[in-house]
Amino acid sequence: MASWEKQLAHLEEKIKELEIFAREQNIDLSGEIKALQEKAKKIKGEQDQDIAISPWQRVKLARNMERPTTLDYIGMICEDFVELHGDRLFSDDPAIIAGIARLGEQPVTVIGHQKGRSTKDNIARNFGMPHPEGYRKALRLMEQANKFNRPIITFIDTPGAYPGLGAEERGQGEAIARNLREMSGLKVPIIVTVTGEGGSGGALALAVGDWVGMFENAVYSVISPEGCASILWKDPGKAERAAESLKLTAEDLKKAGVIDAIIEEPEGGCHLDPKEMGKRLGEHLEEIVPYLQKMDPSSLLERRWERIEKIGVWTQETQTQKKVSQ
Amino acid sequence: MALFRKTRYSQVGTREIKNVPKNIASKCPECKHVHIEKDLSQKLKVCDRCGHHFSLPAKQRLKQIVDEGTFRETDSGLTSIDPLNFPEYAEKLEQVREKSGLNEAVITGFGKVEGIEVGLGIMAPEFMLGSMGSVVGEKITRIINKAREKKTPLIIFSASGGARMQESIYSLMQMAKTSSALARFSEAGQLYISVLTHPTTGGVTASFAMLGDINIAEPGSLIGFAGPRVIQQTIGQKLPEGFQRAEFLLEHGFIDRIVERKMLKKELALLLKLHEGGEKVG
Repeated sequence: MASWEKQLAHLEEKIKELEIFAREQNIDLSGEIKALQEKAKKIKGEQDQDIAISPWQRVKLARNMERPTTLDYIGMICEDFVELHGDRLFSDDPAIIAGIARLGEQPVTVIGHQKGRSTKDNIARNFGMPHPEGYRKALRLMEQANKFNRPIITFIDTPGAYPGLGAEERGQGEAIARNLREMSGLKVPIIVTVTGEGGSGGALALAVGDWVGMFENAVYSVISPEGCASILWKDPGKAERAAESLKLTAEDLKKAGVIDAIIEEPEGGCHLDPKEMGKRLGEHLEEIVPYLQKMDPSSLLERRWERIEKIGVWTQETQTQKKVSQ
Repeated sequence: MALFRKTRYSQVGTREIKNVPKNIASKCPECKHVHIEKDLSQKLKVCDRCGHHFSLPAKQRLKQIVDEGTFRETDSGLTSIDPLNFPEYAEKLEQVREKSGLNEAVITGFGKVEGIEVGLGIMAPEFMLGSMGSVVGEKITRIINKAREKKTPLIIFSASGGARMQESIYSLMQMAKTSSALARFSEAGQLYISVLTHPTTGGVTASFAMLGDINIAEPGSLIGFAGPRVIQQTIGQKLPEGFQRAEFLLEHGFIDRIVERKMLKKELALLLKLHEGGEKVG
């Protein structure tokens, strides 16, 4: 029993004693009892807050600038990382980092969104918001992984695709769509980890895979809470409510069947103990990668397809039956 | 009687008609001409003064493209529920179903285009702006798979504001689902023509709408991933004229052709005919 639990039990016992005593002796102790009840309530309230982090608090944790980035994780879990650049079409997008490395003994292709750790760095990385050339670089290197039979490991941490002129001119819709289509057919395992913000299409473009893990305080949704609030309720100030409605936490997504595993973070969030987080992530991947690698390509693809195909909720009404599918 | 009396003319109002009653008349956003709704529908909802293409309700699209009496709808009973208990979503669905007379934002099925059997998906901009939730994604996926099994070509008419926020992650995942289905369809060597109509944005652009073997757009259609308002807010400057319109996408290489609505059926039929007998070898 934690100390607060003991304290609470003690208080509750005392309240009961006082109540009985007051009744038996017929004296008024309501003031004392009330004070003790308030105290108990306060202890309970504090603990509840500690245990249940609200979705909005998780959004803030996921966005915390102190949080380790993709490059930090690669440094912690891989050896011999060689970064590779460019989409061979237009340019190199610093918001997505990619290359070859070794996970244990196994060569892998690693790809992930890259946020900065300082404002200056973040400007260079465009705050982890990719342009089309980022998705195209990612696809080029995924196809390369396919050719050399290397598993693909991706890390998701982006507010979303960059809403700018150049990104539209160069067809970010097409770039994302192509990644979704092509990733569904690559014959090597794709292991996805949502480490921070999973922002809409910009996240999904690196997240079609065989196994999706998600950090405890990461979030993943179709639109940012602010965007959702301003479109639906014309008020970005209602973001907190939107965060709750969007069901964007790891727990929600596990329930929805969108992710396969929640990777626990050190107490208070992974920024407080990056080393420990790196260790947990490494262990997670070293368990999953060999497991998927043992599968033959056709069952791997069939499994990937089924994983995607089953996501959605609806009712189907025919003349004789009404069934709810999930 | 005065000799030089000023001639008096009666004043004829030159004010623009501001509040056009809906369902009776529509004002052209380009040339401001006011059309009687009934006449406009007979003209395939294209302004005969300036050529502006109004967005076309799904059933009218169906009537225009598919040979009369040949359409068999599939999965019409697939109905959205409110999986996340999202504020106001269930009520909204109820209202829109009643108002539009549709069950969801897409109609799917098989029919003939100038005698050629095709799988069809027709999005309904009049149903929650054609937004894609679980049901839209599932219906599109099923028609792709059915067309693959039946070995027919596939045409999807897109018109969508994007993913349906009220279904959050489920709607996002429909992008992956429809795109994967198209991967297998393409692998089977079959023809998919994507027709992008006004507006096609967000998650629909970033999935099946951009993945046609041939991408066709109607003139003037807004086509993009991020919405123009969001972009404007982000970059803090006015967007260039014609940005994200069909002509802009043609210029930047993302669509094959712009085809006027009145020519669309003919052109689709021609493309279908050019692919007849072109099944995958080996």
